[in-house]
Amino acid sequence: MLDNDKLIELYKVMQTIRLVEHRIEDEYKYDEIKTPIHLSIGQEAISAGVCINLEKDDSVIGTHRSHAQYIAKGGDINKMIAELYLRKTGCSMGRGGSMHLIDPEAGVLGSTAIVGGSIPIGTGVALAAKLQNKNNVTAIFFGDGAVDEGTFHESLNFAAIKKLPAIYICENNSYAINSHEMVRHSTSIYRWAEGYGIPAYQIDGNDVLKVYDIAKKAISRARRGEGPSFIECITYRWKGHIGTVNDIGEGQRTQAEYDYWISKCPIKWFRDYLKGIGVLDDNMIKSIDEEINQIIKAAFEFAQNSPKPLPSDLLEFVYAD
Amino acid sequence: MPWTTIEVEKQDKFYIKDDSNESRIISYKDAIYEALDQSMARDSRVFIMGEGVDDPAGVFGTTKDLHKKYGADRVFDTPIAENSLTGMVTGAAMAGLRPILIHSRMDFLIISLDQLVNHACKWCYMFGGKVKIPLVVRTISARGWGSGAQHSQCVQGMMMNVPGLKIAAPATPYDAKGLLISSIIDNNPVLFVEHRWLYKTMGNVPDNLYSIPFGKGMVRRKGTDVTIVAVSYMVIEALKAAEKLQSENISAEVIDLRTIKPIDEDIIFDSLAKTGKLLITDTGCKTGGVASEIAAIVAEKAFHLLKKPIERVCCPDGPTPASDVLEKAYYQDSESIFKKVLEMMK
Ligand SMILES: Cc1ncc(C[n+]2csc(CCOP(=O)(O)OP(=O)(O)O)c2C)c(N)n1
Repeated sequence: MLDNDKLIELYKVMQTIRLVEHRIEDEYKYDEIKTPIHLSIGQEAISAGVCINLEKDDSVIGTHRSHAQYIAKGGDINKMIAELYLRKTGCSMGRGGSMHLIDPEAGVLGSTAIVGGSIPIGTGVALAAKLQNKNNVTAIFFGDGAVDEGTFHESLNFAAIKKLPAIYICENNSYAINSHEMVRHSTSIYRWAEGYGIPAYQIDGNDVLKVYDIAKKAISRARRGEGPSFIECITYRWKGHIGTVNDIGEGQRTQAEYDYWISKCPIKWFRDYLKGIGVLDDNMIKSIDEEINQIIKAAFEFAQNSPKPLPSDLLEFVYAD
Repeated sequence: MPWTTIEVEKQDKFYIKDDSNESRIISYKDAIYEALDQSMARDSRVFIMGEGVDDPAGVFGTTKDLHKKYGADRVFDTPIAENSLTGMVTGAAMAGLRPILIHSRMDFLIISLDQLVNHACKWCYMFGGKVKIPLVVRTISARGWGSGAQHSQCVQGMMMNVPGLKIAAPATPYDAKGLLISSIIDNNPVLFVEHRWLYKTMGNVPDNLYSIPFGKGMVRRKGTDVTIVAVSYMVIEALKAAEKLQSENISAEVIDLRTIKPIDEDIIFDSLAKTGKLLITDTGCKTGGVASEIAAIVAEKAFHLLKKPIERVCCPDGPTPASDVLEKAYYQDSESIFKKVLEMMK
């Protein structure tokens, strides 16, 4: 069982992701974040539950929807918000935007906006750890859309053959833009991983303790050199695919479905649970929020006051020195 | 919701007077929709598949509700599997159908290059002409607001290197409709290049079915001092530049190639015979791109017509930056064409 400090840390990470995303949502209407954003509100438990098990030298690789992993893995929030504002001080120096977040020092090796692109890249990072006899693990995040791609199948097969220290985390929120999983998959996703001989789990991705448990198991297995694991986390994104819209209505998701998932809020559930077992009380909840709001305030101030790149910098970084 | 107010929505509706006398004026986007609708009505072998084609947004409105009209067997959503989808439409084409596959961003086309380049485009040749692949791949260069390096590429230049592929890059609503119909009735794989910033362009479009031949360019504006050969969206920027050049007493001829494989060489040479000066402008990167190929053709066959070195106005050889400041520096427009022509006139 987790000790109280860890439980509170898990809560803080989830709440940080939620509050940062809400602030991004609030600021987006002012048109200063001039790049597409993909919010993870509703999916916080997955990144939090996985990343709390990772060491600094372990890596994560993500997708277009990577704010949550970046924060959970300890990425620099100032630099992340500055990147959303496309500033020189942003983690990708304003070249990437919200879909291309990186913080190598925290083990965040980048995120790709090509669906399925994170899977072979992350597999390669795990391959390097193995070839270099390092004890590092790579957590590879992707959505249910990405498992449609050949890269998913080809990478899992390779990782299984080579017993790579990789953890594949599918954040299954049912949708790829507006396409429902039903029109894209012939079976449950985790079964495909099983087919490649990889231990695979399908779990409630809104239950952070469950995610924590399974991820811990998978990560220890990888560290012992026993190979990859696959975790399909069933969840829901509250926001529409892109921007701050909701994607509810005809031809899109139904209000009833949406309401059901709001009632399954991962953070509310965990907060109530922690209160129930006496780990959190209202005062602590308040002071945690205050602490997080300070971080957010500082990050947005840092971003908004940072300089933009200069036109003359355009072709910097096309090649490495 | 700023993403929905991306730059293209803020653009003025640009009106292009076309070679049609038809009085009906519609947008580029509606012209594409109409070509699909009428082609499906005319030929039951035509079907559309791709990611989100039956989505409420209907690929920026170009396929909106077609599944309701023609059924889910002829217009359907797919898993996100560009390479294999390309192989599947290739197989369906060799088996007698006329598939249309859509990539909502040209970047995703790159994933499908194995099936497109190694298979679809070579099949007819490899088997001595015994099978044909009447396939249309629509791709949209969705240049936008902070889209960054993986969501805004224009790689038509790269694709010109593929034997067996035809490439259409219409700039006007009239051409969008006519060339899409030609692409559908063609017996070869055709890459149909669209640019998101063209979707609001308005022009005269007949309501009947008509086709436009491949390899036949158009003079969009007559001129005598300089020839501007433009591709896809850059036709609009070239026309704006020509207008501005007029006030400097420079008469620019603007040529819209309409298809870049094959290329209408004669229309370029005829114009150069008058002007002796050539500027080429494309939406893609400069090196090894469409403009390079056109420059090579002219150097090879019409060197004697040139009074000045050829100039190219293309994106620089770097990935697309997300930053608004850097995007502005990256994308070329009427201003960059205007300035380049002024230099050429010195
Ligand atoms: C190769 C490729 N094809 C298509 C797209 C367009 N696209 C962007 S996100 C997306 C859906 C992704 O769904 P999923 O993987 O489930 O992630 P989610 O957005 O639900 O988190 C699609 C189809 C893309 N970015 N890359």
